[in-house]
Amino acid sequence: MSNLMSGARMLLECLAREGVDVIFGYPGGVTLPLYDCLHDDPIRHILVRHEENAAFAAEGYARSTGKVGVCCATSGPGATNLVTGLVDAMMDSIPLVAITGQVSSKLIGSDAFQEADTFGITRSCTKHNFLVKNLNDLPQVVHEAFFIASTGRPGPVLVDIAKDVFQGQGHYSPVSSIHLPGYKLVTEGHSGQIRRAAQMIWEARRPYVYAGGGIIAAAASEELREVVEMIDCPAVCTLMGLGALPSSHPNFVSMPGMHGSYAANMGMSQADLLIALGVRFDDRVTGRLAAFAPHAKVIHVDVDPAEIGKIRAADLPIVGDVKKVLPKLTKALAELKPDMGDANAEQRRLWRQQIRDWQAEHPFVAAVSATEIKPQHLMVEIDRLSAGEAIVCADVGQHQMWAAQFIRFNHPRLWINSGGLGAMGFGLPSAIGAQFARPDKLVFAILGDGGFQMAIPELATIASYGLPVKVIVMNNGYLGMVRQWQELFYNNRMSAVQLDCFPDAELLARAYGFKGRTIDKPSELSSALEETVREPGPYLLNVKVAPFDNVFPMVPAGGALHEMVLSPPQPVEVAK
Amino acid sequence: MIQVISLLLENKSGALMRVTGLLSARGYNIESLTVARTLDPTLSRMTIAVDVEPPLRRQVIKQMNKLINVLQAVDLTDGPAVTREMVLLRVRAPMDSRTAILKEAEIFGARVVDSSLEGFAIEATGDVEKMDEFIDVMRSYGEIEVTRSGQVAVSLEAKKLRLSPPVPTGVEASKSKDRNGVLNA
Repeated sequence: MSNLMSGARMLLECLAREGVDVIFGYPGGVTLPLYDCLHDDPIRHILVRHEENAAFAAEGYARSTGKVGVCCATSGPGATNLVTGLVDAMMDSIPLVAITGQVSSKLIGSDAFQEADTFGITRSCTKHNFLVKNLNDLPQVVHEAFFIASTGRPGPVLVDIAKDVFQGQGHYSPVSSIHLPGYKLVTEGHSGQIRRAAQMIWEARRPYVYAGGGIIAAAASEELREVVEMIDCPAVCTLMGLGALPSSHPNFVSMPGMHGSYAANMGMSQADLLIALGVRFDDRVTGRLAAFAPHAKVIHVDVDPAEIGKIRAADLPIVGDVKKVLPKLTKALAELKPDMGDANAEQRRLWRQQIRDWQAEHPFVAAVSATEIKPQHLMVEIDRLSAGEAIVCADVGQHQMWAAQFIRFNHPRLWINSGGLGAMGFGLPSAIGAQFARPDKLVFAILGDGGFQMAIPELATIASYGLPVKVIVMNNGYLGMVRQWQELFYNNRMSAVQLDCFPDAELLARAYGFKGRTIDKPSELSSALEETVREPGPYLLNVKVAPFDNVFPMVPAGGALHEMVLSPPQPVEVAK
Repeated sequence: MIQVISLLLENKSGALMRVTGLLSARGYNIESLTVARTLDPTLSRMTIAVDVEPPLRRQVIKQMNKLINVLQAVDLTDGPAVTREMVLLRVRAPMDSRTAILKEAEIFGARVVDSSLEGFAIEATGDVEKMDEFIDVMRSYGEIEVTRSGQVAVSLEAKKLRLSPPVPTGVEASKSKDRNGVLNA
């Protein structure tokens, strides 16, 4: 089969072969030939209001489904605007393919209109990138991009395509195979190492499962649950791993780290064996590294060999895909159980009890006030309506941490947030992508008043596509997390953190043609949220909350996990 | 400490930038870098000498092996390997010192590649230390201009090259089992 078509059409043929149904993008001069073909193509193009949000929306699509998200931008400013989204996808290992237009191949390097060195700029913020100057290379490159983005440790791949490649005519025949000799994928895991891991686990007295985003990327939640139940030990999920084990699971403790729970962090500090699965020992999880899990040996399973030993030396490294390694580990554990399973049964029972005692001693506390809406109270109410089933897209800051603390997730791919990069402005566009991917789902975009204002133009996207996204602004009038640090570590000198102008939410939403409302009384909270969820279309709920609440527990920067501060040290004195 | 890394990579535009970018992003300074085509013209062999703290050396190799264009990155710093460098220099040689310069060059096994009334152009090869000495000696005769090639290295033991086989494309193929874990087959 071979027929004559333009490069732009060829690109769309390749995307269709990769199963792409939606592209998030923004057109421009050099992508005109592509947009001309998109006009009558079955692939749906979603017009966002800023290219950065095209990348974030594609991430929301990818994070909520596991499929490759696709975004598209023109050359120059279009491509540079994608960069934050690419770095975000890189940090959180999200499969993304970004298509950018480039000036005609003969003009590359001539400082042409809207020319930027996209290939050079995006080299360090992608898993791999391509510059296509020859039409003959295009189909091959597109399939390579999807393969690289979606296999091994997933990540963003950018394909920069010169305008004359879009315009050129060529005979297209589908590429049947690709060859990337240097792309090293190791997925199975070494069987001897897996057996040794099983021995170490049965020998441990205080084993502790530390599971992360890798479980979700590998769709290995079931496999994780089986191994956790086999070991019957406490398990924590990192910020990126929330939902990997259902929040309702009896072995689930909570999130560890800077704003993790007392029990999760004390567990890390006291465990004698960490079973680290699809994690990268992020500094926000470990606190001061020298004092992190000081009594623990480490079994580290990761598909990326460079993650093993990068931060914390592994006593037992296993390079492999958790989806393949965990069933083998469960099997090895089962085989050894009759001989070894009872050896430390009593100590392990006491260990589980210890974790439960810590949980009871210091749970996350949701303060409720009669006069003002406490931010934690807001999250508890959202949790009540979600009941562990809704998709929650968070922005970055205090609200993100409170949402992670108080909202339960009983499945993977429900909790969507910018974990590694901490990119403000992520929440709203990622909710757009998630809602397109999962039209059946209730999608909350939980945002701070800062992050919301970074992404405000996307209200137009929500309105024009009639997306029933529930936009909840936790409005404390401040860049709360920065203000919290200024309060705690900079003598409460509040510098450039007050957001003293915020639009009237009802008028703003109405300007875009949907409903909105502002509330500030605790008595209104439940009913307003219920009304928000009941509304068939989009809804903007602006919740004015207590301005000076801080996120606790908190491990101070440079502190060890067990040195976490559980509540405000002293009420802040206000000078009279 | 100087780490010597040998890389086999695809001879493609941008491949060099990926390798050097990985080092510059971490603030490492490259002491020398040489690259040229191998017997297979689609591949290049690169030797990098770079200042990396010893505990981070393994991480650097792992990160390089992650690059799609890199077929193999090997640390030759402590392994059995031979490294050589070439020096091309021009030395001013007035009549009274010409004989002495030629004698010195001979001791270092160097070759005169050009001779003029002003002086000589000399080519020498050897390990880095020997080349340092050679340059010091030549400098004692007066003004010199030096070009060093940077180190090239070859491992003395064969390291198995594991290459990924071709994989089928498309959404149907992505569901098949052969797409993942191809190296384990």
